[in-house]
Amino acid sequence: MTEVLVLIDAPDGKVTKPSLELLTIARRIGEPSAVVFGDADTAVLGEYGAEKIYQLSDAVYSEFLVAPKAEALAQLVADKSPAAVLVPSSTEGKEIAARVALKSQSGLITDAVDVTADGGSITTTQSVFAGNFTVAAQVTQGAPVIAVKPNSAAPEAVNAAGAVEAVSVDVSDAAKGAKITSTKVKEASGRPELTEAAIVVSGGRGTGGDFTEVEAFADSLGAAVGASRAAVDSGWYPHSFQVGQTGKVVSPQLYVANGISGAIQHRAGMQTSKTIVAVNKDEEAPIFELVDFGVVGDLKTVLPQATEEVKKRKG
Amino acid sequence: MTKIVVAVKYVPDATANRTFSADNTVDRDGVDGLLSELDEYAVEQALQVVEAGEGEVVVLTVGPADAADAVRKALQMGADSGIHVEDDAIAGSDAFATSEVLAKAIEKVGDYDLVFFGMASTDAGMGVVPTLVAERLGLPAVTYASEITVDGDTVKIRRDGDVATQEVEATGKLVVSVTDQTGEARYPSFKGIMAAKKKPVEEWTLADLGVDAGSVGLDNAWTKVESFEPRPPRTAGEIVTDEGDGGAKLVEFLASKKFV
Repeated sequence: MTEVLVLIDAPDGKVTKPSLELLTIARRIGEPSAVVFGDADTAVLGEYGAEKIYQLSDAVYSEFLVAPKAEALAQLVADKSPAAVLVPSSTEGKEIAARVALKSQSGLITDAVDVTADGGSITTTQSVFAGNFTVAAQVTQGAPVIAVKPNSAAPEAVNAAGAVEAVSVDVSDAAKGAKITSTKVKEASGRPELTEAAIVVSGGRGTGGDFTEVEAFADSLGAAVGASRAAVDSGWYPHSFQVGQTGKVVSPQLYVANGISGAIQHRAGMQTSKTIVAVNKDEEAPIFELVDFGVVGDLKTVLPQATEEVKKRKG
Repeated sequence: MTKIVVAVKYVPDATANRTFSADNTVDRDGVDGLLSELDEYAVEQALQVVEAGEGEVVVLTVGPADAADAVRKALQMGADSGIHVEDDAIAGSDAFATSEVLAKAIEKVGDYDLVFFGMASTDAGMGVVPTLVAERLGLPAVTYASEITVDGDTVKIRRDGDVATQEVEATGKLVVSVTDQTGEARYPSFKGIMAAKKKPVEEWTLADLGVDAGSVGLDNAWTKVESFEPRPPRTAGEIVTDEGDGGAKLVEFLASKKFV
């Protein structure tokens, strides 16, 4: 079986769930080989199906933006001739993918929500135009480079060799153009990451600037908190939590929109969610066209009651 | 003296009913187009850099005849001159071919210092063209900039990521993509609209750029859309009005779906 290179995202050494999802998807195509920059918990990669683990530990990968990682991954593509290259569809993942694809003269697909392999032929599924269309696409040149969105597969534990192999690559000076001079890690919220969460509870204009009820309900469900553009533009919630066309695109099992009218801007970021629930005072709000269940009412009274009810049921 | 090329895209209006053509490419005929909203932020930032010192802003677009509207809007905002690359062979080009045309056009401009992009287009939205152009030009790219400061030869950029805020520095030629968090883009003033009419716009073809028509367009894309289908409309769900029990009913629904 041919190798499939899987770029692993492991901030602070901890392998992310989307990275494990990629290993599961890679096994549909061939034998997964994980590619890890820096130190990471490599044991978990073997537990989720990585036969080989290429580890690149040079400091250059954390001192400069993107380009050195792309050079190294392209070198691995040249050496190993993989059947495909899978990367997380994050901002950095997509940039690495773009440079690797061009260097390798391979077609690139970003934001895939599913990848299937039939014999030698790999087909991706993407959701486009604010989630209004589903597109099936194939790469017609080179080994496909595919950036896959979080929640595209359930990670399957399967024991594989997980053999670690240290790899060193000479990175060119040209790749050392954008130097990272400082990195300030944001304070962890203790909640799941927005794009990876199974449940997202979000708030909009209807919160009036106070997210207390939204956050409490999210915490009762173990959910991530999101915000509409209106709430973010008003300075009520940080931009990194914005769900929508110019923010995050999420596709959780459950999305709960509170005090959000459901403008196209917002819908583009959430309408592929499996189940959608909304609470809004305005019964004419367009969000109600999308919902599986809706409550016409004030989130300030509905959410606290719902929070208590969840707590009661969970005991 | 800073010369900034801002690459912009003419896109179908995101609030219209966007769809596909018979050849599985984005339908650009049946829908009104405009300068991509996200590119306005790039134009704005370029204007601010130049206004803070000295320099000029050249706006560049690749697209059909109507794409001239996108150039005009940027000129009305205050850009100094425009370049419109138009060639029938370009239709249906993927991100790779588009990046080649852009890179060749930027090389033809020659004496530029910086290249600005919006963070992504509002239609295809891959967000990879800035990186691909940088790769082709052999330049570093700093994407998703929230704040840009130009100090002589050095460009300092702040990036607000999900887990961390980074400060990045680069010297020499550089490709930058800017987010919608950089600050409101200005509206063209009446004076700006009048002045734009006299600003020079060059029209280039693939031959002017030395790009082989056989290397771009739909037939030369490295990816192929096999099929597309509209997402099935969501079936109308149950809507209840809160009569003091809205929260309980909501949780009842969640429990029926096994979320609680």
